Amino acid sequence: MEWVTIVDPPPSTTFYAEYQNTGPGSTVDQRIKWADYRSSIPEADAGKFTVKDEQQGGWIRMYPLPGADMRRFVIGSARNLLHRSHQNSLFQRPLLSSSYRLLSSSPSADPSSSSSSTMAHPVALNNINPKVLECEYAVRGEIVTLAQKLQEEIKAKPESHPFEEILYCNIGNPQSLGQQPITFFREVLALCDHPAILDKSETQGLFSADSIERAWQILDQIPGRATGAYSHSQGVKGLRDAIAAGIEARDGFPADPNDIFLTDGASPAVHMMMQLLIRSEKDGILCPIPQYPLYSASIALHGGSLVPYYLDEATGWGLEVSELKKQLETARSKGITVRALVVINPGNPTGQLLAEENQKAIVEFCKQEGLVLLADEVYQENVYVPEKKFHSFKKVSRSMGYGEKDISLVSFQSVSKGYYGECGKRGGYMEVTGFGADVREQIYKVASVNLCSNISGQILASLVMSPPKVGDESYESYSAERDGILSSLARRAKTLEDAFNKLEGVKCNKAEGAMYLFPRIELPEKAIKAAEAAKKAPDAYYCQRLLTATGIVFVPGSGFGQVPGTWHFRCTILPQEEKIPSVVSRLTDFHKSFMDEFRGLV
Amino acid sequence: MGLKALDYETLNENVKKVQYAVRGELYLRASELQKEGKKIIFTNVGNPHALGQKPLTFPRQVVALCQAPFLLDDPNVGLLFPADAIARAKHYLSLTSGGLGAYSDSRGIPGVRKEVAEFIERRDGYPSDPELIFLTDGASKGVMQILNCILRGQGDGILVPVPQYPLYSATISLLGGSLVPYYLEESANWGLDIDNLRESVAQARFKGITVRAMVIINPGNPTGQCLSEANLREILNFCYQENLVLLGDEVYQQNIYQDERPFISARKVLMDMGAPISKEVQLVSFHTVSKGYWGECGQRGGYFEMTNLSPQTVDEIYKIASIALSPNVPAQIFMGLMVNPLKPGDISYEQFVRESQGILESLRRRARLMTDGFNSCKNVVCNFTEGAMYSFPQIRLPPKAMEAAKKAGKVPDVFYCLKLLEATGISTVPGSGFGQKEGVFHLRTTILPAEEDMPAIMSSFKKFNDEFMDQYEDNWNHSRM
Repeated sequence: MEWVTIVDPPPSTTFYAEYQNTGPGSTVDQRIKWADYRSSIPEADAGKFTVKDEQQGGWIRMYPLPGADMRRFVIGSARNLLHRSHQNSLFQRPLLSSSYRLLSSSPSADPSSSSSSTMAHPVALNNINPKVLECEYAVRGEIVTLAQKLQEEIKAKPESHPFEEILYCNIGNPQSLGQQPITFFREVLALCDHPAILDKSETQGLFSADSIERAWQILDQIPGRATGAYSHSQGVKGLRDAIAAGIEARDGFPADPNDIFLTDGASPAVHMMMQLLIRSEKDGILCPIPQYPLYSASIALHGGSLVPYYLDEATGWGLEVSELKKQLETARSKGITVRALVVINPGNPTGQLLAEENQKAIVEFCKQEGLVLLADEVYQENVYVPEKKFHSFKKVSRSMGYGEKDISLVSFQSVSKGYYGECGKRGGYMEVTGFGADVREQIYKVASVNLCSNISGQILASLVMSPPKVGDESYESYSAERDGILSSLARRAKTLEDAFNKLEGVKCNKAEGAMYLFPRIELPEKAIKAAEAAKKAPDAYYCQRLLTATGIVFVPGSGFGQVPGTWHFRCTILPQEEKIPSVVSRLTDFHKSFMDEFRGLV
Repeated sequence: MGLKALDYETLNENVKKVQYAVRGELYLRASELQKEGKKIIFTNVGNPHALGQKPLTFPRQVVALCQAPFLLDDPNVGLLFPADAIARAKHYLSLTSGGLGAYSDSRGIPGVRKEVAEFIERRDGYPSDPELIFLTDGASKGVMQILNCILRGQGDGILVPVPQYPLYSATISLLGGSLVPYYLEESANWGLDIDNLRESVAQARFKGITVRAMVIINPGNPTGQCLSEANLREILNFCYQENLVLLGDEVYQQNIYQDERPFISARKVLMDMGAPISKEVQLVSFHTVSKGYWGECGQRGGYFEMTNLSPQTVDEIYKIASIALSPNVPAQIFMGLMVNPLKPGDISYEQFVRESQGILESLRRRARLMTDGFNSCKNVVCNFTEGAMYSFPQIRLPPKAMEAAKKAGKVPDVFYCLKLLEATGISTVPGSGFGQKEGVFHLRTTILPAEEDMPAIMSSFKKFNDEFMDQYEDNWNHSRM
């Protein structure tokens, strides 16, 4: 049999799994994310299979023993399946001894005994949770580690590299790049952290009157005014009331404070939902490709299957319901129960803002197919095109006449993005609608194991959903700060987009929202070969060269997923405005010399 | 299609299995009663500030200044904040990259991790490596991350003391692993018996479970005992022989209420034991800003320190931490302040000592008041709370009370605690939430109610308990005579 016809795509009679692989290449973090792939299987399952014939391209084909699962079973080895261009790594052979362990192991064997050291440690790379090994998080991956190393080197020896500082365009962390916090929010937080000064007369000289008033209001909502106490596991009730009122003001439809769960940033909320939804690798979650890797990582960590749907780059990263349907059917035909659809709006890393009509079609699709709609709306304040507006999925579904009984919807919001960009506070919430009381109780229970989210983050979440209003003392300074940040972000997005589009072989869609550009780059054949030789994905290779030449940190598109054979990178629009020209010129110079280096025939 | 997207029936079974008694039925009932206007004394969670403990002034000043760094440039800042708080705020802001509003390194701010390492070195007399210290959103998050890395499935077991803090049972069930219980000996002051441990491991292995780690909680929660150095040695030896990671929950290390057995960290004992054990036994120790005299639960600040873990494993744990981006930064500053407190001569030193000593001494008196109070009650026996924040009295329920509980469809100790709540407003946690030997019943209270309220609380408890016992007891006592 040909290798390609066996593995790509896998027929429904076959699944790929690995069992106690060791040796070079046995780490599973670069494996392709097929729904039918398992990075490990229990001993009991492995025992149901036997080897009949030779290895196929690094995998060993296994057949069920009589009475076992009738599907064929392929046990894996050390192959990098993610990057198909890595032909050189396709035929890397597994350590045979590792594969034969399957045949010789007895039910009582201790897996940790496979370690080669004299005494196997209870926690070592070969015996930690394989789901941990499997998940990847590129935003803080290899390139960032390299960037930190370079930064140390520059600190120790300023002349050691051709640039003076590292420009972190890898992560949406605005305040680390000099964005100033909103003064009013910080005044209130400081007062809540140190309420002892609230009734001192000197305080009025240092803080705005409405921040003092707001701090009193907030403290009065916290039992005992104790900001150092654990709160209700869903978050302080009074703060949830403020958030619900903010949602209502935004959407024009009511919101219930009991539907709101405050969390340490939006990420733990996403984890909580994945934990709830995923029972096994047979449960799938539809995720956009490209996607924010929190989703792939969280799905991997909870042992589910990522069911990809592709955003259409040619139409500005459009989300087509026909594509959703197609991918849903494909997944179902493989026996995957698709449980939820993730939509990131505005998009990360793709920056598109969904049109209301499109959102309606998505809601309709989820309703018809019985999917939970997981709406990542953390960039709701980051919109840079005057002709478009952000609409929450809650508003869209309610405006279609769909209520609690019609659609299950979870909306995620964070204090880390928007004009506030308060990443370090780890504040966020999810609004959970269309679930039964029994399900909500389960969410509450899971939340309660971690006791509660941090109180500063909770207070800030309530503030971003109820900022100063016209007439408040701080309103003018607040709105000037807010508009200053948002309009500067819009200008930066435009400048970078134009700069990318001027580069040879680079095409970049507009950032309508969020904080990122995700340009596509056509790499010369020679560059791809060079990447292969360096054992890197071509886009990772480009990003690494860029970093070492200019100090600019981008994240390779392969960390987010992309149509096979295309290459991208993600760049935040967050460097301070005065630094943008230097980013552009450094990038332009680098790109030109990179293309010159690799131009021409192989 | 009328298909409900997410029905209870289709939820992850591991989620449904989770039990978390600290915020369970009793707590919900107490919250209801509170809404109805009843005065509730919450002794269910170790949440000192909720019961009126005032935060320490100095750390709050520093964090407030870090929240509002523009104050630092205000010429009038000195009117509200002492110079050492201003200096310390500048110090911590200089350690961050972008103040409190920027994600930090996923492991925590390097400068704060260094301060933690220095604290550990001062405490234990052995150097500690900041690279092996990860800051977390409270100790619970750290425990979850580590267990997530260890547990591969049902076949993996974690040795957990019974009674235990339900974070462990809840997390193990969420992650689909197996809890392997070892019983603490109530009659030996909740001592930890090694033979008992061996027996638990043998039984688990017989069932096909690979025991991978052992949890100790020192000082104990809910049991309040402090482990002796000799006992810790035995435990470490046992982990060495059985090849287990030791997870040392040491969040109550500041909460010690007797002088015979001061706190000693598992790491110090491990290092004292020397090679090969000190080089082999893997240890993860947890700490928090929520306990001690700090009690800053709402901040969600904590750390764990890893010993003898390979760099590759540490990298994997780093990766898991990085998916959550970073722990919250204000709490990292609190952690820095906790491990690097004021020194004699600092302007705020005296106030700091006065406040912290005041809290600790009062807790010590309350521990005594509470244990003595319980021991004066009918059919109640209680070990002295040597450390931590809880009393865990045994309630000897008469057969008639058990029958009544059965009729009401409740576990006997839940039945008792609900009655107690309805009668007195005291909200406790039934022992069944922590695990206990079969047929033996307990409840957990914190020792945190304000000292001046303590006599009234204990007499209201005694009144309820003794009446309860009288009500259900008549025949029982006679038949025993």
